[in-house]
Amino acid sequence: MSGNEAIALAAYEAGVKVASGYPGTPSTEIMENLSRYEGVYTEWAPNEKVGLEVAIGASFAGVRALATMKHVGVNVAADPLFTASYTGGRGGLVVLTADDPEMHSSQNEQDNRNYAYAAKLPMLEPSDPSEAKTLLKEAFELSERLDTPVLFRITTRVAHVKGVVSKGEMMTSAATCGIEKMPAKFVMLPGNARNRRKVVEERMGELRKIAETDEYNRVEAGDRKRGFITGGVSYLYVKEAFPEATVLKLGMSWPLPEEKIKAFAATVDELFVVEELDPFLEHHIKAMGVACHGKDCIPNQGELNTAIVRKAIDPGSAPKLFSAPDLPMRPPNMCAGCPHRGVFYNLSRMKDIFVSGDIGCYTLGFLPPLSAMDSCVCMGASVTIAHGMAKALGAAGKGKLVSVIGDSTFIHSGITGLINSVYNNSASVLIILDNRITAMTGQQNNPASGCNIKGEPANSIDLEELCRAVGVKHVDEVNPHDISACKTALKTALDRDEMSVLISRAPCVLIPEMKKAQHIPYLTTTENCSGCRSCVQLGCPAISWTPLTPEEAEALGYKKKQKGFAVITEVQCNGCGQCAALCKFEAINRKGE
Amino acid sequence: MGAIGNILFSGVGGQGILLASEITAYALLSAGYDAKKSEVHGMAQRGGSVTAQLRYGEKVYSPLIEPGKADILVSFEMMEAARYLPYLHKESKVIVNTQQIKPPSVAMGQVAYPLDVLDAITSQGIQVVTVAAFDIARDVGEVKAANVVMVGAMSNFLPMAAEVYEEIINTRVPERFREVNIKAFRAGRQTSS
Repeated sequence: MSGNEAIALAAYEAGVKVASGYPGTPSTEIMENLSRYEGVYTEWAPNEKVGLEVAIGASFAGVRALATMKHVGVNVAADPLFTASYTGGRGGLVVLTADDPEMHSSQNEQDNRNYAYAAKLPMLEPSDPSEAKTLLKEAFELSERLDTPVLFRITTRVAHVKGVVSKGEMMTSAATCGIEKMPAKFVMLPGNARNRRKVVEERMGELRKIAETDEYNRVEAGDRKRGFITGGVSYLYVKEAFPEATVLKLGMSWPLPEEKIKAFAATVDELFVVEELDPFLEHHIKAMGVACHGKDCIPNQGELNTAIVRKAIDPGSAPKLFSAPDLPMRPPNMCAGCPHRGVFYNLSRMKDIFVSGDIGCYTLGFLPPLSAMDSCVCMGASVTIAHGMAKALGAAGKGKLVSVIGDSTFIHSGITGLINSVYNNSASVLIILDNRITAMTGQQNNPASGCNIKGEPANSIDLEELCRAVGVKHVDEVNPHDISACKTALKTALDRDEMSVLISRAPCVLIPEMKKAQHIPYLTTTENCSGCRSCVQLGCPAISWTPLTPEEAEALGYKKKQKGFAVITEVQCNGCGQCAALCKFEAINRKGE
Repeated sequence: MGAIGNILFSGVGGQGILLASEITAYALLSAGYDAKKSEVHGMAQRGGSVTAQLRYGEKVYSPLIEPGKADILVSFEMMEAARYLPYLHKESKVIVNTQQIKPPSVAMGQVAYPLDVLDAITSQGIQVVTVAAFDIARDVGEVKAANVVMVGAMSNFLPMAAEVYEEIINTRVPERFREVNIKAFRAGRQTSS
């Protein structure tokens, strides 16, 4: 099973009773899998801060609790995280961060080991799915034994790696479920917090002792000419690149076992610290007065692998490789029939506007041929960046600032930005791309979907009413597949002197109901095609262009100057009809019409 | 450490690469190997280039295949085979679905699809087996089973018997797709045996 499946199984076996998270690659499948186990309450929270606070509450009530998020989600949850370090809890509390070195599906590759140092919390870090299962269960024991939240860090190559994992024993929490008032610990007024601050330091002292003796951190004996200190997935690359060498494997990334590290360093001729991203271990090891190699040879960007580690340490060892021919790139694209395409097509036709984007599938609106996104920073930043630009530009920005955000991202952290825009009198346009689902991470339900994590009926937020309630006077809804209605709605909104919200409403083609539905595809009548390329400009993966030479054009009965014709691949078409609306030559029609 | 076998699956998001690599991984596990598989979810799956990496042997540490070390490359799309040439060595076996899926720049008519793309592999002396997996899958009744046709074609280069794969399809694939997937597997296995 995958690392994420193993973590879900471990949480179940550890006796977790409450788990909350926000979807984010590569963490999403943990909560999805955990939701299928009996006896564990799971939920999708609107954002990571909410999710962590829910888990803290469950811990205060004396049950084991888990919060899951991707690395950037910890930034959102950092506020409760730093103070939960002071309060501790009652039931075991684990905060899982899934980091994404190489940014396979992320906007940055921050190294969340730094949070363990900054928040004064222990961090455990497995190397593969099997170890993830073992370590997560130990994390809950550690949390209760030391009265501390435990940070649990995985990376993409643990989360989405599949390996052999065994089922284990069920565990129970040492805490009892119930209301227990512990004001000195739970009420972080300055007076109490100052006392807890001392407790945090005492706890870190205890944790340092545990780091020295516990099996988390182990020496694997071997050739002592070179010694390696490593952890997480980097350990695997070291074992493959230098199978004969001695290794100190750190399963606990923070705090570090200073005595163990010094003793290990003394036994080897040359010490290498191998870690992905930041020189986290290296800096702390050097601060102990231990000389080592680290980022002087190991890259500090992107993922590592066996070849990179071997070459970094033995530069002459790199094998000669075949080189790939020059090939057209294959970037990701919005799906055929994606409702977002209709909005971005219209935005791409509007001159001089600035489109402030957000995080989701629709960020792909940046790519050609639509190329209709001018900024993307973090969750919820679309509406706020547009507002900031509006205030900076003044009259020069009128009618030029559009922000786009998905339904899930709007609920995550777009609402507060919209409140700011209304309160502080912005005149930009916010488009909420409501496709009913958190699509990019694999179609998770959210508070606007009408279903909970298990797919059971749930309250559904009325986005239109919500926008009106925070004071937006102009809230309109549009069907994004209706290209011309979408264009009119956008122009009307941009002409206003007040904040407008346009809700683009059509379901994602990947949600189960849409996948099951029988879509009637559109087909091309190629003899009617004039080669105008209007449909091709949509960038739909179901539409392709066949170029023609003048001779070929004539032979097919076209005018000699026609440069080619468009064809729809029937099996790929989801029948949205956006292309048919753009065709002025009766060359695209619904099948059977 | 014993020798590690490396199988690289490449193709385009949505082609069923994850299921194909899953069936192969279970087949290797039931033959007594340790195995690890790495894949990437999220944004890359939206029609972009996708790989799954499968490694097997007595004890597997790294989930990632090193460049120059892939023993088998199974490409679900023709051009995607050549993209991973740096992962191959002289004795690699390459099994290619001859289906062509146009990337955006080709679909837009900006560049042509490189029809001679497999020459880049064969000119290095590497064995290439071509499989018309899409057509074969259509003939057995389900175009979406092209991925299992490819598993069948690849299975000839691994030591396990056909029954091992069929048992896995029978236990791991939803019931209504089993029969067509068994047919697809057998048709694929016949292509390169």
